[in-house]
Amino acid sequence: MRRLPLLLPTLWLVGFVALPLLVVLMLAIAEPGPGVPPFLLPFGWEGGPVLRPNWEPFALLVEDDYYLSAFIRSLWVAGATAGLCLLLAFPMALGIVRAAPRWRAPLLLAVLLPFWTGFLPRVGAWIGLLRDEGWINGILRGLGVIDAPLPLLYSDFALFIGMVHAYLPFAVLPLYASLSRMDLTLEEAAADLGATPATVFRTVTLPLVAPGAAAAFLLVFIPAAGEFVIPELLGPSDALLVGRALWQEFFQNRDWPVAAALAVALLAVLIVPILLFQRLEARR
Amino acid sequence: MLRRLLAASLCAAFALAAIPSEAQTPSPSAPAPSQPQAGGTLNVYNWSDYIDPYAVSRFQQETGIRVRYDVFDSLETLEGKLSAGRSGYDIIVPTSEPTFARLARANALLPLDRSKISNWGNQDPALLQRVAASDPGNRFGAVYLYGTIGLGIRTDRIRAVFPDAPLDSLDLLMRPENAHKLARCGIAVMDSAIDVLPSVLRWLGRDPNSTETADLRAAEEALLAIRPHVRAIIPSGNIMDALATGEYCVAMTYSGDVIQAQARAREAGRGVEIGYVQPKEGAQLWFDMLAIPADAPNPDAAHAFINFLLRPDVMAGITNHVRYPNAVPAATPMVDEAVRNDPNVYPTPEMLTRTFAVTSLAPAAERARSRSWNRFKAGR
Repeated sequence: MRRLPLLLPTLWLVGFVALPLLVVLMLAIAEPGPGVPPFLLPFGWEGGPVLRPNWEPFALLVEDDYYLSAFIRSLWVAGATAGLCLLLAFPMALGIVRAAPRWRAPLLLAVLLPFWTGFLPRVGAWIGLLRDEGWINGILRGLGVIDAPLPLLYSDFALFIGMVHAYLPFAVLPLYASLSRMDLTLEEAAADLGATPATVFRTVTLPLVAPGAAAAFLLVFIPAAGEFVIPELLGPSDALLVGRALWQEFFQNRDWPVAAALAVALLAVLIVPILLFQRLEARR
Repeated sequence: MLRRLLAASLCAAFALAAIPSEAQTPSPSAPAPSQPQAGGTLNVYNWSDYIDPYAVSRFQQETGIRVRYDVFDSLETLEGKLSAGRSGYDIIVPTSEPTFARLARANALLPLDRSKISNWGNQDPALLQRVAASDPGNRFGAVYLYGTIGLGIRTDRIRAVFPDAPLDSLDLLMRPENAHKLARCGIAVMDSAIDVLPSVLRWLGRDPNSTETADLRAAEEALLAIRPHVRAIIPSGNIMDALATGEYCVAMTYSGDVIQAQARAREAGRGVEIGYVQPKEGAQLWFDMLAIPADAPNPDAAHAFINFLLRPDVMAGITNHVRYPNAVPAATPMVDEAVRNDPNVYPTPEMLTRTFAVTSLAPAAERARSRSWNRFKAGR
């Protein structure tokens, strides 16, 4: 009976994490070919079990620097998004924690409110705002600030607006959680002992919220690294990200094994920061 | 692609609103005498905004078959669903190249039973001959609608900024000095390697289907030379919207999209004048095919639907509605005069001789082409 509570998470992990991962791994070493579905299984039965793995998808990822540059660009976009989210989320979380108690719940709700609207309409709204004939250009032209429309849409600017807008709540919530658990008397003690507000912030507040900040960074960084929709809808046409490369292999080149190999590679790359975070946590 | 998702879902909503509800469908007392009674449900998967809604309700009334109509916005979506198997669709509308040809080779399509398609002979044999390059013997598909790839232009603005512009040639876009003159006015190219590179190769006087590295390099260099003047490389659906509102002066895209943008611009009545240029060097011809997935749940109903669509009066209604030409010559007299006599919608026989069809490439060549395209998009 004592093990029963473990059953559900175990079943979940096996059914929805381990098995799908196994399928993706199997696809990554399959042989591409015409047919439905467009690949040949890497194992079979010819009088006995035979294994015929095809390592070419992984070889291609290593040989063609196109994929490496897609990875670098994706990690840079994800890192910058996570950094921007942290910068914005920290004052927001601090403001909510320090607000009068009756304001905290409404303010938190306001952070979560965008989730009540579908994701695509929110991105669509940005398209309407940023396009050449859109609201922002229309207002600026009406005011006489500009005479030709600013190329806002399909730029890095639009890309980061979309990314930060979508992922900001993931950064605010862990920061809020760690800030609200913080013992305020520690800051008061530091101030009483003569520390300036800046010193208090640097030596007391920051170290105490570091784990929350790291969690916030990872929560944004990991999904942002594989993001496909926002760069597609808002980003510049030369934004070669992993999500885009994967989409191309799967849908345009119809090479499912290479697409699966890319997914495995992305997973491997993203496991590194997670392991680092865990080791940091364990040391504390 | 995805940028078009929003537009497509809106279109789907409109399409469904326009099709009368299924509840009022069958009137079993008066079935059309010539139609077979297939019965059941027919799952149609077509491009968004690509049928005469009246044709669907008429088919339901005449046959008693319920139509469940679903739309896609890109070939990739269609091919992705079909490749996974058991899509559940009875009728799909893939473009001849690359999707239709690839699906046919992958045994993902059902060979058509012509004994169930008495209207098969209504199709223009010359056009069927062209499609045979993708489907030898025309075993797997009937022609739904077709068109060319060329330039949508804003004639009024071009006349103002570039009076002696060559309005019959790809020179207008591909010569850097011309592109330079039109850059401020706005140039867009649809984001589709398979629809742009063949025309560029042809313009260079090379084989549009070439997989030679040297040819691909030449096309890439020609595109890179005009890249600084190109404002947007976006999906064709977005180009259609932007053409209609007058955001671009020159846009390389599908003929039918330009014709639709032209009609919309006229309706809006804001003085935006749109024209279509079929490049005299040779325009890429494409066909949207009516095909049946190999595992279609209701192939009988699917055959009945294809047979119904190939009727001249039905085809004429579709062309009137979506402004793409069809391959049923007997339908032409029933098409609105303005549409029928517009050489941009219906290419003249002479114009048809200056078109070419593409063939699908091996995966490695396909990848080389999409790499080349990515470098054009990135501008390096």
